[in-house]
Amino acid sequence: MSAPVAVKEGAGRVMRGPLISRWGALAVPLLLFLTFAFLVPMFLIVVRSVTDPVNIGMGNYVTFFTTEANMRVLGNTFYIATVCTVACLAIGYPYAYLMSIVPQRVAGIMLVFVLVPFWSSLLVRTFAWEVILRDTGLINTLLLNLKVISEPLPLIRNTFSVILGMSQILLPFMVLPLYSVMQKIDPELTRAAANLGAPPFSAFRRVFVPLSFPGITAGCLLVFVLALGFYITPTILGSARETMISRFIADQVQVRVNWGLASAMAVVLMVLTFVVLAVASRFVKLRDVYGALGEG
Amino acid sequence: MTDSFRRWNRSLLVVFGVFVIVFLIGPSIVIVPMGFTAGQSLSFPPVGFSLNWYGKMLSDPAWTSGFINSFQVAVCTAVVASVLGTMTALGIARGRFPGKTIANALILSPLVVPVIVIGIGMFSFFVRFKLSGTLVGMVIAHTALSVPYVVVSVSTSLRSMDRNLEMAAANLGANPWRTFRRITLPLIMPGVFAGALFAFLESWDEVVVSIFMTTTKFRTLPVVMWEQVRQVVDPTVAAVATVLLATTTTVLTLALVVRRQTPVR
Repeated sequence: MSAPVAVKEGAGRVMRGPLISRWGALAVPLLLFLTFAFLVPMFLIVVRSVTDPVNIGMGNYVTFFTTEANMRVLGNTFYIATVCTVACLAIGYPYAYLMSIVPQRVAGIMLVFVLVPFWSSLLVRTFAWEVILRDTGLINTLLLNLKVISEPLPLIRNTFSVILGMSQILLPFMVLPLYSVMQKIDPELTRAAANLGAPPFSAFRRVFVPLSFPGITAGCLLVFVLALGFYITPTILGSARETMISRFIADQVQVRVNWGLASAMAVVLMVLTFVVLAVASRFVKLRDVYGALGEG
Repeated sequence: MTDSFRRWNRSLLVVFGVFVIVFLIGPSIVIVPMGFTAGQSLSFPPVGFSLNWYGKMLSDPAWTSGFINSFQVAVCTAVVASVLGTMTALGIARGRFPGKTIANALILSPLVVPVIVIGIGMFSFFVRFKLSGTLVGMVIAHTALSVPYVVVSVSTSLRSMDRNLEMAAANLGANPWRTFRRITLPLIMPGVFAGALFAFLESWDEVVVSIFMTTTKFRTLPVVMWEQVRQVVDPTVAAVATVLLATTTTVLTLALVVRRQTPVR
């Protein structure tokens, strides 16, 4: 029962077996499953974007890109995603750096504090921010009781609350790629720079930061691309003014029943995602980032 | 001089680290006491202590059926995803087939395609087969979303496995199936089990695709919660959120412990 896999022959020539080896066949069921359960539905959206409500070709795309209110949604989405990315980098970089210099055991504990939120419900985490930020929420009640303020602060239903909530939820996606890169940086290098007379911060800036660059790029692109597709958090924490693409798509489907426009927008969002990811994949293996989510 | 500077710098960094940890998990912890309030509204600090809102949660059929539906979907998803995912991880690691790179990309893509796009796409496809609002439809949808975690988890186990053990078994006369069942499978089992738990978690917490794939007749817990959060928020929601969090934390802890059992060469 020996499967005819690649058999080496005398002169180092490789004799090929059948197209799919016996082991390879094991992957076929899932690939077929994903084709029908995932690829076909995605393809259907592309088709619907040019055929719904009637065969209108690029009409839905033209409608979207020529309506000012819709373009504002697109602009909003980019703005919020960009600010979230910057915020995540500012918070995540020092944290990941700390993880890379503390003893392994402490780093493991710090990693758990990143993994637990990652796996916790996004809806619950968003709800938590609502409970904290709303007019009768934790912060406002506290400040009112301490007589620091006399009116509740407008902490929710604005761009601030959306960015705060999204940055917290996206932070693990910044920390994980950063840490996986920083972990591999040889600490002797910064020490050597210091021994040669570089002041501590300068050694960090001139040696460590450039070496962590692949992690920065991967983390930023990943956070940015995920932020583009956020739906739950901006809908709960924001007002209609903070509408992002995903909410726009959902409203077109659920409220307006305008599948054509919704599908066109979905295609735009998908294309944006793939472009950013194509750039990201040059710096880091996506598989490694998601692989790290299961380590601990 | 430099030493004191460095020490000062480092303690600043540690303080920052503690702040980040509070930022990451603090908000979720705040919810827990709010479900136990004896008061009438979702306010902080909670008034007294009572199980009223947990009682209300357990007597409301929307919540209880949501809980049962979510659990069913998550368990079925974990089973289907871990079987399909393990087979695929083995196929990719050991086998040969055309378009392996594309296959890899296809398997990981449900993690990065925006969920809203997956949601409306799956809905408009599955509704044609009357699968929206059914257990089968939800399991199919969630399996596609969670199978990447299984593939990644099992692949990691396969990479750290010593293949000489398989060869030894084969040399001692075990046939390929016996070698797989007695040697390979036990060695990768922690990866498979952890993958199944991750699949359970992904399904248990999934909202966006579920919003589109469920109907009023069959809704999962996060979908019921989503509808509640958008209307009136009373402490019942905090109780439900606590239940969701507790389940997640328990299953994740289990997954991380199991993951550590992976025998390393």
